[in-house]
Amino acid sequence: MIKGIKNLGDYFIMMKKVISRPEKYSMFFRQLRLEINKIGLDSVGIVIIISFFIGAVITIQQYLNIEDPLIPKYLIGLVTRDALILEFSPTMIGLILAGKIGSNISSEIGTMRITEQIDALEIMGINSASFLVLPKIIAAIISFPILIILSVSIGIIGGLFGGQSVGVLTSDFVQGLQYEFIPFYVTYSIIKTIVFAYLITSISAYFGYHTKGGAINVGVSSTKAVVYSSILILIFNFILTDLILS
Amino acid sequence: MIIIENIHKQFGENKVLNNVSFDFEQGKTNLIIGESGSGKTTLLKILIGLHSLDEGNIIYDGRIFNQMKLKEKRQIRQEIGMLFQGGALFDYMTVEENIMFPLTMFTNQSTEEKLDRVNFCLKRVNLENKNKLLPSELSGGMLKRVAIARAISMNPKYLLCDEPNSGLDPKTAILIDNLIKEITEEYNITTIVNTHDMNSVMQIGENIAFIYNGTIWWKGNKEELINSNNRELNEFVFASELFKRLKKS
Repeated sequence: MIKGIKNLGDYFIMMKKVISRPEKYSMFFRQLRLEINKIGLDSVGIVIIISFFIGAVITIQQYLNIEDPLIPKYLIGLVTRDALILEFSPTMIGLILAGKIGSNISSEIGTMRITEQIDALEIMGINSASFLVLPKIIAAIISFPILIILSVSIGIIGGLFGGQSVGVLTSDFVQGLQYEFIPFYVTYSIIKTIVFAYLITSISAYFGYHTKGGAINVGVSSTKAVVYSSILILIFNFILTDLILS
Repeated sequence: MIIIENIHKQFGENKVLNNVSFDFEQGKTNLIIGESGSGKTTLLKILIGLHSLDEGNIIYDGRIFNQMKLKEKRQIRQEIGMLFQGGALFDYMTVEENIMFPLTMFTNQSTEEKLDRVNFCLKRVNLENKNKLLPSELSGGMLKRVAIARAISMNPKYLLCDEPNSGLDPKTAILIDNLIKEITEEYNITTIVNTHDMNSVMQIGENIAFIYNGTIWWKGNKEELINSNNRELNEFVFASELFKRLKKS
């Protein structure tokens, strides 16, 4: 309990250092470009693959569950759309990115810590926390919503293909996609995504930045980063859904 | 000149430094020697503010470092060049980018000016035309030399070296020692070398502090060290047969 409170205190102390004016904007934007590349562009592939197949599976499952002839078939498209926008894309992709990006950030910063590269930055008179972590947080906040919109789009395409494989008419599916669309769901989804982006990057950076010891501890920090990010994503998913949708 | 006065440092129940005072002189290579775990690295980290101190003062040319706010400390740190044990080069940057990094962060020099400075520093450590190599492509000695080039790129007033010869062959170690000594004299800077390599002590030791049990047990230069009768110092310095013979001769 006391250790948990201490960790929370250390996290906020680090975040106070992180959220400060960059020492040199040209260097900050260079780092930001690199991070957008690593966090955003490098994740496009995995997001496309997962979203396509999950979209297809959601559609097939809906088709198999709706056997009643009184229930219109266009509801398959509607359910697929809402499942993707409300839950699958922001939360599931968030959890997947927590694994991919969280472990990457934590091990990168952890290795820099144990090889004294962070000390070297501090000796040069640089705010190492801000220099290393702030570009990652901003890159994630910029990249994640784009990835989530991409995920929803690819998921719907996957749903279309999945539906065709079991005999759902394209016209029914498209009608469902357009039926009673609530634009606020997209806003809700993006709000969640931004919160998740912040949680994943800041928590992973925290565990990396406070790594002590050697290679084994880098692995431990990485694992902790993924576990804590995932748990907090689920907790904040519940809180945000309760606050925004209910 | 860096002066440390009555430094105390304790980690939990473990007293690491106890009333440590020493003057690190300008234009000289000041050595901190002692057994592993004697508190050398802790002292070096306290000097640059990576560890806080419990009591005492660190004075950089009249400026009391430990009483400064973080922002002021960062200003002083820009005057310090630090050579870490493992080099601590940024592994995603090339040699050129590593040396250019402090210049980009703290000066408004044009790219050409920065490149000139990088090439000058690389020439100074005898590593011309290695600009585009990554740290992973360098040998241990080359890594240390690039780290020295990065440390001197900002014309530091103080050069701090933590075990500069660890993991190097004797020939490369002498090269690094000589380089540190030459740079110290050439730029008239205050250099502090933290080492337990006796070859280094004999090669460049001008102002030596021997740390034992967390205190400065002995101080002097290399000639005084050879002739000293201090039992703990002799046990440490003349532990090997080679140095025992040197003492006898």
